[in-house]
Amino acid sequence: MSTIDRYSGGSDELSAPEELPDRFQNPGLPPHRPRRGDLDPRADKTSERIVLALFGLSTLGTIGFLVAYFALPTGTDAGGIQRSTMTLGLALAFALLGIGTAAIQWAKSIMNDHERVEERHLMESSPAVREGAIANLEAGAADSGLSRRGLLKSAMIGSLALFPLTIVVPLIGNIGGNWNVSTFKHTMWKKGLRLTTDPSGRPIRAADVTIGSVVHVIPDGLDKAANPMDEKAKAIVLLIRLDPRDLHEADDRKGWSYNGIVAYSKVCTHVGCPVALYEQQTHHLLCPCHQSTFDVANGAKVVFGPAKRPLPQLPITVDSEGYLVAQSDFHEPIGPSFWERLR
Amino acid sequence: MTTTSTTTSRRTATRGSQGPAAASADWLDQRTGIAVAVKGLARKIFPDHWSFMLGEVALYSFITLLISGVFLTMFFVPSTNEVTYNGPWTALQGTRMSEAYASTLRLSFEVRGGLLMRQIHHWAALIFMAAIVTHMMRIFFTGAFRKPREINWVIGFTLLVLGMAAGFSGYSLPDDVLSGNGLRIAQGITLAVPIIGTYASYALFGGEFPGTALIPRLFTVHVLLIPGLLLALVGLHLAFVFLHKHTQFPGSGRTNTNVVGYPLFPVYVAKAGGFFFVVFGVIALLGATMQINPVWNYGSYDPSPVSAGAQPDWYMLFLEGALRLMPGQTEVVLGSFTVPLNIIVPAMILPGILLGALALYPFVEAYASGDHREHHLLDRPRNATFRTSFGVSLLTAFFVLVLAGSNDLIATQFHLSINDITWTFRVLLFVAPAIAFLVTKRICLGLQRRDRELVLHGHETGRIVRFASGEYIEVHAPLDEDERWLRVQQEPVRPLQIAPAEDSRGVRRKGYAADRRRQRLSQLFYEDRVEPVTPRELAAAHEHGAHPVLEPAEEAAQISAGVH
Repeated sequence: MSTIDRYSGGSDELSAPEELPDRFQNPGLPPHRPRRGDLDPRADKTSERIVLALFGLSTLGTIGFLVAYFALPTGTDAGGIQRSTMTLGLALAFALLGIGTAAIQWAKSIMNDHERVEERHLMESSPAVREGAIANLEAGAADSGLSRRGLLKSAMIGSLALFPLTIVVPLIGNIGGNWNVSTFKHTMWKKGLRLTTDPSGRPIRAADVTIGSVVHVIPDGLDKAANPMDEKAKAIVLLIRLDPRDLHEADDRKGWSYNGIVAYSKVCTHVGCPVALYEQQTHHLLCPCHQSTFDVANGAKVVFGPAKRPLPQLPITVDSEGYLVAQSDFHEPIGPSFWERLR
Repeated sequence: MTTTSTTTSRRTATRGSQGPAAASADWLDQRTGIAVAVKGLARKIFPDHWSFMLGEVALYSFITLLISGVFLTMFFVPSTNEVTYNGPWTALQGTRMSEAYASTLRLSFEVRGGLLMRQIHHWAALIFMAAIVTHMMRIFFTGAFRKPREINWVIGFTLLVLGMAAGFSGYSLPDDVLSGNGLRIAQGITLAVPIIGTYASYALFGGEFPGTALIPRLFTVHVLLIPGLLLALVGLHLAFVFLHKHTQFPGSGRTNTNVVGYPLFPVYVAKAGGFFFVVFGVIALLGATMQINPVWNYGSYDPSPVSAGAQPDWYMLFLEGALRLMPGQTEVVLGSFTVPLNIIVPAMILPGILLGALALYPFVEAYASGDHREHHLLDRPRNATFRTSFGVSLLTAFFVLVLAGSNDLIATQFHLSINDITWTFRVLLFVAPAIAFLVTKRICLGLQRRDRELVLHGHETGRIVRFASGEYIEVHAPLDEDERWLRVQQEPVRPLQIAPAEDSRGVRRKGYAADRRRQRLSQLFYEDRVEPVTPRELAAAHEHGAHPVLEPAEEAAQISAGVH
């Protein structure tokens, strides 16, 4: 705060003429300045012609729209649709802008432009009106007997408070389906279930997965599940094969991979986007939504971004035919965190 | 005029002498008494200023949304039932998709003008939100929210929030990959709510994600619930504008107890009515020439694919940015319960603070100023130093979050490291608003001082005069009355004065601590200020003759020291 900021007039000691007021007076409305059309009848006539022309343009736009509508098929390719949309849209814009600019031009150049003054009044009612309102309320309250009959009042409030239950209870009862929220903790993966490619559903032979490649995986038989979309949203997996020398596995997860092939949930542990961008050089998986970055070579731990937890790992192995299968479901809930996920 | 003719016609009831317009007016008035309203409102005065049109843009884009939206509902099917596509769009022929997505494709490719309507609807939504935000900025920076308009501010704020909900529920309907991932994020955020998260998610989606209930539910919310609320609140919002009479900018002849402008009929009927067509026309132009949300390129929603560089519509971007900035380490486990603060803070607490500050500001300012008077004359933003600086700093925070919501695009476009960008924005979120506050404050005070200087010394003319004594001065031309009034009309607001802590007998006063807190707040708002020139100061400045400009304080010092 400088001294200037707190400057408070500073001229108290000045011997100024006594008759000066403390504040300036509002000088009042400036005089009306006539437009060209107010003085020159020809300019006025020109303004009128402009308005007429603009309305005419609008009518042309409407006609053009109708012609384009009947004459131009949308076609079956992107070009045809674009042509139709563009033509119809431009004609519509002309039809609308014509009316709009005509009306505004009319208002600005032809209509009376003398400013007028209207007085304001305080919002609050006069004391008399307020007293009248209070008196009316009191008279009504007295008529109802509300203050004398306490039991009636309680009964009324009680029944009013209770009756919404008739709507709320069935609503809450049904709105969450079966309310079985434990489904968040399980997916359809189970021991021996084959890993298949998304979306074709072909089983994956471990030998076919080359080092550095990424396969988007869904469980076998997904399309036969009761709610395939719901199951898919939880069960999607990314299969990545690393050079076993690059892979650092925790002791308790040594048996979860197969020949450097690891499988991680594709659902981000932040807010659930599919984690889909794999950087082969760094072994980093990047979520395209909020850029959480997971290190696949290190148990899919978070190396950057708004996610906290590593992507859950799906323990895998191969079956007798050499196809990749799950050893079990995930050992923890997949996807975003929720209150009871560790319960 | 209207009443006279109506009353006469009512009394004489000579139908033969009436034109058809007068006859229907008579018919209507006998049944509704509408002449009272017409008499009161037809010539109601509204002030003119370009910034008053921002709210109009919001209203007219809302009407555009209603018109184009009704068109779209005729063809859109809100269902996630699976169908096989065999329409004209070859890229997707034979693929399985939801009916919602298939009907959106039909609307785009087979309904003539359908794509135009879709694009008009989407553009109108973007403009609706942009107009609401800029309108709100106008209201905020000019202090139009002050008594008696606090309720209307809160209604407007509710409209902003409803607008966001309308937008989100709308762009989620086509059930494409982009919007589906948006819904997935929404579900992830819902799950993060402590205690009830999983139940809230079940309630929204009717079970697991994505389920089959959401699209029909969103449709009802989008076409019935939210528009109904919006319509009711827009009506109330406008009713309040009529009741309060519009605020006006200060100027000659404009006072706190009058309103200067043009009558509703015919000037504003023509201007505002015409402006509706202009807004609709510009949106039609955008819909015609600029492609928006080409859902046919994204594919029907499937939980597995995702596109990089995906972004929500701009008004949701600040939430997205907040989610991106929050470091993940903040997720904690309390006992056996998980509290994902990495989601709760950016998705609930931060927007809560930003929006809450916005909603409550009028009440905080009224508390700080202790001003209970009605205000119908707008502030020039420079004269409300704290408010303007606070508003700019809030906008800066919002803007940093919007940019953070595009950090991936910034990274790819400018070849920068996404980690560096994210860290930069993390720091900027705290630093930038503070800097913005200080800089804006300095600019406001500087502009106020410039106003003082102009009033005291007039315009520079560039004419240099040399006195016989050898002194050079530049001649200043005094301001005319109107120019001066604009710069001196504001009433200075000073910090609250409170009673001393102890009364005359030295007894400590009850409630002093609370008063002192309020005074501190008031000082934060109003301590730093430049007061307008008084007539006495101007007279004193003129006594000096047109001498070179001095700082007021310096000048005051000179005056008191008797230097002439």
